[in-house]
Amino acid sequence: MEYFVNLLLIGVGAALIHNFVFYYFVGLCPFLGVSKRIDMAFGMGLAVTFVISIASTLSWLLTYYVLRPGAPVSSWIWSTLGGGSGEVNLTILSYLVYIFAIASSVQFVEMYVRKFFPPLYKSFGIFLPLITTNCAILFACLEIMKNVVGVEPAAMWGLDQALVLSLGGGVGFTIAIVIMAGIREELELSEIPEPMRGPGIVFIVAGILALAFMGFAGVDSALARLFKAGMS
Amino acid sequence: MAMNGPTATERFVNGILPENPVYRQLLGLCPTLAVTAAMKPALTMAGAVLFVLVCANVLVSLIRGLLKPHLRILVFTLTIATFVTIADRLLAAYLYSMSKALGPYVPLIIVNCIIISRCEICSSKQGVVTAIADAFGVAFGYALALLSIATVREILGRGTWLDIPVMPLTQGDYGWSVMILSPGAFLVMGLLLGLWNWVEKRRARGRLGASAPGA
Repeated sequence: MEYFVNLLLIGVGAALIHNFVFYYFVGLCPFLGVSKRIDMAFGMGLAVTFVISIASTLSWLLTYYVLRPGAPVSSWIWSTLGGGSGEVNLTILSYLVYIFAIASSVQFVEMYVRKFFPPLYKSFGIFLPLITTNCAILFACLEIMKNVVGVEPAAMWGLDQALVLSLGGGVGFTIAIVIMAGIREELELSEIPEPMRGPGIVFIVAGILALAFMGFAGVDSALARLFKAGMS
Repeated sequence: MAMNGPTATERFVNGILPENPVYRQLLGLCPTLAVTAAMKPALTMAGAVLFVLVCANVLVSLIRGLLKPHLRILVFTLTIATFVTIADRLLAAYLYSMSKALGPYVPLIIVNCIIISRCEICSSKQGVVTAIADAFGVAFGYALALLSIATVREILGRGTWLDIPVMPLTQGDYGWSVMILSPGAFLVMGLLLGLWNWVEKRRARGRLGASAPGA
């Protein structure tokens, strides 16, 4: 039970309380660029959620088995090559490895979707390749790395926690971009002072939305209390 | 190689104001908003971006004859990732508290569109000197944007500028704390963008009025 509560808190935290867009400011380029219409915004959100889960699974596997200090695969290779049984630490390569993993997973997702779901591919259009340079994906990988490298073995994140974080982050991004697109569709009809038209007013609206999302602060501790009361 | 495209001086000047990466092109916004709660992290970030941009532009410009069109983005990204790793380690070694404060935003320079766009637009097509000038121009333009946002946010939020007290009334508990938090970043960015557009429009109208009086 405690295990599920823990996962739920990570997911809710990533989706609402520490929303990727409004709290960490990652993924702003698509948030500004693709939030003109609700259907396109929803497509972008789904594509990001999809890629973020695949990329963070890959990056967790790579971090856990290859990159972290004393990781099994690299230590085994090192000792087989006759380097002795010392700890191998490849964390310095992590940024290179992550960006490579993200770029290749985007490429594979694109090929797979094009082959098996042509209508979906057509509706994603140019968004898929653009996701490679979406900061939200790399940010999720870095968050996972922070919870795998240099923490106590007991507190180290497993694949389940990594997946929940990335799914929560993707859902949070989708919520943010769809709300924004809904507001922007209405903004089309309103009279805005000339210099604020375009991105200016979008930033102001995003600021007000961020204020609203600050209201979620503390929801996690309240949820934890609720579940603790339910269990006892 | 024949010089095509803008010269080094033009690149340098264009990067600062006419093609300012933040206000004109709206690139690289994630760190722009995240690190500008105070001046010091903003300065550190501007320095890190300057270092990575100059190094990546020089290297890409040197290897531009070897680039294959379909692999160029991958080469750019890996080049940038290498220099970002160097910058990140340097920060962690010499400016540890800043490195802690900036957190994930230093590695996020890798996916900063500014640097990839400079590699694509300038350094993969032009010589080293132009590439260096372009990198400095764009990095100064970026620093200008970061520092302008950070100035507003730190003075209103903490009453200080570079940790020097300037507004005694808004210090400590009386600070406008929303400016330090995330909504302040969006609001200040939106207002400054509006201000920028307004100034630009007035200047354009002034030029038009001077060249065609009575029109």
